[in-house]
Amino acid sequence: MSTSSVSKGCFVFKPSSKKRRISSSTADYFSEGKNDSEDSGLRFATCQLLWKQINSETEKIQEELNKQLFDNLISFLRQSYSEFQTKKTEWMCRMKSSEIPTAALVLGVNVTDHDVTFKSLSEVLQDNVTPYVVSLQAKECPGIKHLLQKLMGQLMDCCVDVDSFEEEECVNISQKKIRCSMASLSKWYESVTKKTGSETPSKKITSSSRHWQSPPIVVIFKDMESFTTKVLQDFIVISSQHIHEFPLVLIFGIATSPMIIHRLLPHSVSSLLCIELFQSLSCKEHLATVIDKLLLTTQFPFKLSEKVLQVLINIFLYHDFSVQNFIKGFQLSVVEHFYSQPLSVLCCQLLEAKKRVNSLSHNQCENIRSLPSFRRYVESQVSEKQIALLTEDSFLKEVTQTLLEDLHIYHENYFTVLRCLHVFTTSLPKYPLGKQIRELHCACLGKSVWETEEYGSTVQLLRMLAKDELVAILQKCVEIFISSSGKQFSNTVEKLEEFLARFQNLEAETNEVQDVSVSSQKELQKKTDLYHLQKTLLELKESKRSKKLTKFEMLRFEVVDFIDSLVRSYLAPAEMQTLNEVVYFNTANTLREHLNAAPRIALHTALNNPYCYLKNQTLKSDVGCISNTAPDICIVYKLHLECGRLINLVDWLEAFSTVVTAVEGTDPDSMATDQVDEIIHARFIRAVSELELLGFIKPSKQKTDHVARLTWGGC
Amino acid sequence: MPNFEHPEYPEATLLHLESMVPCRESQVSSLLSIFGERQHFSFPSIFIYGHTSSGKTYVMQTLLETLELPHVFVNCVECFTSRLLLEEILTQLQSLSSENKHDSHVPCDTFNDFVRLFKQEIITQDLQNQTVYIVLDKAEQLREMEANMLPGFLRLQEMTDRNVTVIFLSEIVWELFRPNTGCLEPFTLYFPDYSIVCRDLKELRHLAALNFTKYCEPVVRGEANERDTRRLWKNIESHLKKAMQTVYLREISSSQWERIQQDDGEPGHLKGLSAHAHVELPYYSKFLLIAAYLASYNPARTDKRFFLKHHGKIKKTNFLKKHEKTSNHLLGPKPFPLDRLLAILYSIVDNKVAPTANIFSQITSLVTLQLLTLVGHDDQLDGPKYKCTVSLDFIRAIARTVNFDIIKYLYDFL
Repeated sequence: MSTSSVSKGCFVFKPSSKKRRISSSTADYFSEGKNDSEDSGLRFATCQLLWKQINSETEKIQEELNKQLFDNLISFLRQSYSEFQTKKTEWMCRMKSSEIPTAALVLGVNVTDHDVTFKSLSEVLQDNVTPYVVSLQAKECPGIKHLLQKLMGQLMDCCVDVDSFEEEECVNISQKKIRCSMASLSKWYESVTKKTGSETPSKKITSSSRHWQSPPIVVIFKDMESFTTKVLQDFIVISSQHIHEFPLVLIFGIATSPMIIHRLLPHSVSSLLCIELFQSLSCKEHLATVIDKLLLTTQFPFKLSEKVLQVLINIFLYHDFSVQNFIKGFQLSVVEHFYSQPLSVLCCQLLEAKKRVNSLSHNQCENIRSLPSFRRYVESQVSEKQIALLTEDSFLKEVTQTLLEDLHIYHENYFTVLRCLHVFTTSLPKYPLGKQIRELHCACLGKSVWETEEYGSTVQLLRMLAKDELVAILQKCVEIFISSSGKQFSNTVEKLEEFLARFQNLEAETNEVQDVSVSSQKELQKKTDLYHLQKTLLELKESKRSKKLTKFEMLRFEVVDFIDSLVRSYLAPAEMQTLNEVVYFNTANTLREHLNAAPRIALHTALNNPYCYLKNQTLKSDVGCISNTAPDICIVYKLHLECGRLINLVDWLEAFSTVVTAVEGTDPDSMATDQVDEIIHARFIRAVSELELLGFIKPSKQKTDHVARLTWGGC
Repeated sequence: MPNFEHPEYPEATLLHLESMVPCRESQVSSLLSIFGERQHFSFPSIFIYGHTSSGKTYVMQTLLETLELPHVFVNCVECFTSRLLLEEILTQLQSLSSENKHDSHVPCDTFNDFVRLFKQEIITQDLQNQTVYIVLDKAEQLREMEANMLPGFLRLQEMTDRNVTVIFLSEIVWELFRPNTGCLEPFTLYFPDYSIVCRDLKELRHLAALNFTKYCEPVVRGEANERDTRRLWKNIESHLKKAMQTVYLREISSSQWERIQQDDGEPGHLKGLSAHAHVELPYYSKFLLIAAYLASYNPARTDKRFFLKHHGKIKKTNFLKKHEKTSNHLLGPKPFPLDRLLAILYSIVDNKVAPTANIFSQITSLVTLQLLTLVGHDDQLDGPKYKCTVSLDFIRAIARTVNFDIIKYLYDFL
C-alpha cells in the first residue's frame, strides 16, 4: 500500500473486508438509546409488517389505475403492428406504413411519478407484447450516436434475457464492438426473428405464447421535453427509412402538453409520424384514490392526524403533484410513529392488540397513564375506579382492551358516516365543506365539525334541496350503510328507507299544494293597478312566512335533522377519543421539517441565533444585541445584516473588533490605537470568507474594499 | 420517338426511363449527356439541389438503376459520423457484384484509408473500365462532419485516380457549402419545383391517398362519372379543407382520420394535439411561472410600481418611456436573476411563502419542463438567470385558474 510514485496521482485504497465494522441492522437503530421495556423490537416488526401491507396495497392501486391506459396502448401497438404484418400492396396502406406509429403519452407534470409508470409500462409490454422495449432518457442521449448506442445496448441485452441459449452469440456481438447504425440494427432484428422462426416447434410455443410473432421494437422517450431537437429529428428521419425492415413503435413521455411535439419537431419530421394521443389519469384523481384506499379505511390500524394529513396534502397541492412523494411522506409518518411512540406497539389489528395489552410492562402501563386522552378519561370516572386505573396494572390492561375496541368501532362508524355526509355535501352549490372527501375528512378530524360555520351553512343549504336530489342522495346513503362492515347501522338503514317510502307517498299530496300556489299566481295576474299589486304581493309574502310548512318541507327537515344527529354522534374528532395517541401520528412539525425543509431559514437561524443549535447557555442572548461569545461567523453575519447592498470592509472589521474586544479588553482605551490586533484581523478574514462560501456576499468591482450583499432584507 | 437520345443505351430502356420520370425530362437528359458512355470519364462531382420532394433522390435512383450503372447510394443523415459514412460506401461497393457476398466489415477511420480501400475495391470488383457513381443524399450533413470530408469527396476522382463521380443531393444551394479554404467546384444542377402550387409532393400524395376513397364515392354510387370533375370537386372540397386543418398539420394521425372516415363521423369530437394545451401545475408552480413571466416582460425598474404598496410618486412620463412601451412582447423574454423571481413571487402570493427546498426544486422542474430556461452556464451557482418561455395565452390561462389578473401587472398593457 505504498503511494510512492514518480508522478502525482490519485491512489485508491479499497477497504479491507476484515476491518469493516459489522453494520448494525435497521432494527438496532430503532431501539438505540432506549431500554427494551418499551418493546422496540416488536414495534419495529409491527412497523415493517404494516408497511409491507400498505406498500402492496399501493402497488395494487397503481396497477388498477394504470390498467386502462396500458390496455389502450397495447391495442394501439397491436393495430399498428397488424398493419405492418399484412403489408398490403395497396397504395394507401403503403403510404401509411411509411409513417412510424407513435404514441404521445401525456403523464402530467409530476415528473417524479413517471419512473414508476414507465417501469410498469415496460414490464407490461415485455410480458404481453414484445421483449424489445427500450427506455431512453434525455440526459443519456446528448447526441444521436449516444442514443443509438443506448438503444442497441438495451436491445442486445434483452435478447439475452429472452433466449438464454443465444448468449454466446450475443457476447460475440458485444465483443466485436457494435457498429451503431440503423442498418446493423435492422440486420440484428432480421437475425433474431429468423432464429425464433426456425426454432423447433416445442421451443416456439414457449417463446411466442407471450409475445407476438414478429414483435415490434418499442422505444420509449421518457422525458420528451428534455431531448434536444436535433437528436429527435435525426433519429426519426433515420428510422423512418428503415421502417419497412422492422416494426418500430415510438412512445413519447410528455409532461406538459402534446404541443411540445410541434415545438420540437418541424413539419417535415412530424410528417413521418403517425401520432396518437394517450392521457394518463390526472394526479389529483390518483391521489384521491390513494387516500380513499389507504386512509379512509379500517383496513390499516395506523392513522394520520388532521395536521399531518394537511402537511402531506399541502406539499402535494402546492409543490409537486407527486403521488409517490405523498406515499413516501406516509411511509415516513409510519416509521416516525413507531419510532417515537412507545405505545405504537398496540397499533395493529384489534385481536392482536388485545393480546399484546396483556403482556405490557409496567413502564408501558405508566406510558398509557400519561397519555393526555387517557387522563381525560380517568378524570371522568368515579373516584374508586380512578384509583384502580392509576394503581393496578391488571385493571388498567382490562380497561385498555375495551377502550381499544371502542376506538376500533369508532373508526368503523366514522368512515361510513363520513362517506354518507360526503354524498350530501357534494350535491351543494359552492361546496361549503369542500368538494373532495379528504377536505371533509380533515374538517371532521380536527375539531367538532358541527360547531363550524361551514357546517351551519351546509345544513341550511341541505334544507333547500329539491326532492329528486334528496331522494337520490338518500338512496346512495342506504347503499353506503348496507355495504359498510359495521352492523350497528341496521336501524339507520331502516330509518332511511322509511324516509324514502314517505317521499314516495308524498307525490300525490304535493300536486294539491301546487294547485293552491297556481291559483294565487292567477290572482296576481288579475291585479293590474300598482297599488293593488303591491298589496297582494305583501300579503302573499306574509302568508308565505306564516304559512305552515308543506309535508315535503317537514319531511326534509326531519331528514336533515336525522343526518345532523348522525354527524354529531359519529363524526366526533379523533383527538377526543381515548387512546387515540396509539394509532394517530400527530407530530406534524417533524414531518414538515423533513419533507418541506427551509434551508435558508435554517441557515439564518443558525447564524442569527446560534443557541438554537449549539445549546450553549453562554450563547443565550437578547434579540438585537450581539454577544461576543458567539462564533465569529455569527458576529460577522449579524453585523452584515445592518448594512446596505455594498459593505465597506474596513468599517466591518472595525465593528467586528469592537464587538470581540468589548468584554475581553475591559479597558477600551488601551486598545484605542488604530491598529487592529493581527489575530482579530485573521479571524475576521476567515469569517468573511466563510460567509462568501455560504453565498451571502461576493467581491464587488464597483468600489474598492467593498463586498456586495447577495441577500436582501435588513436595512 | 424518345426525348432522350444516347448511343450507349437501347431505345427501349430510354423510353422506359422517360415514362418513369415525368416532368424531369430536361434534367435527366442533361445528366445523361454529362455521364456520357460507360467508360468515359465524367465530371468529378455533380451538385444537385432543389426543394423538398422535387424528385432529386427519386430521379437519381431511377436513372442509375434503369441504366444499370454501378453506383452507391448513401444517406448522410443516417451515417452521422464520417466513419459510418465511409464504411457504408465501402460495404455497398463490396456488394455491387452479386458473387461477392461475404460482406465483411472493413474498418475505415480516415479519408486516407478510404482512398486506399476504394482503389483496392475497384480493382477487386473489376470496375476500372466504367464510371462508378457515389450518391450522397442529404449532403447538408457533410458540413457538420470533419472539414476534410467535403473537399475530399469533391476531388475523389483525382485522388483515387479512378473513374468515379460523386453526386451530392441537397436542399440548399452550393454557395452555402463552399468551404472558405477553397475547393474544386462541382457541376451544379437545379431541380425546380414540379409546379408553383405544390410545395411538397410527399404531402400532396399523402393527402390524396387518405382522401381518394372519399373522392371516388359519387362515382361508386353512380351519381357522377369520372370526367365530371366539377361535381367531384364540390363533393370533396369541404372534406379536404378539414383534412388540411387536421391531418396535414399532424393534429390527428392518418389512421385516426381513416377511422373517422369509416365511421362517417365528424372530426369535431376528436380533439387534435393542440387542443390539449392546458397544463395542470401545482399551486406555487403556477405563481412561480407567473412571477417569471412578469420578470421576463417587465423592465426591472418598474417592479417598484407594480409590487410595492406605497410606491410613492412615480412620474408617469418618466415611468412610461416611449421606446419601451409595447415593445417588450415583440422583443421576447428577457433574462432575470433568481432573487428577482422570488421577490415577485413573495409579493404576488397572498399568504406567506417560506423559501423551502421545495420551492427551489419547483423552479428546477419548471426548467426541465421547458417552461423556463436557464440562461448562461448550468454550473453557475451564484445568481443563476432564467427566462420564461411560455406564451401570453398560456400564462393568462394559468393566471385565470388562480384568480390573478396578470394583464394589470404587465407593463406593455398599461
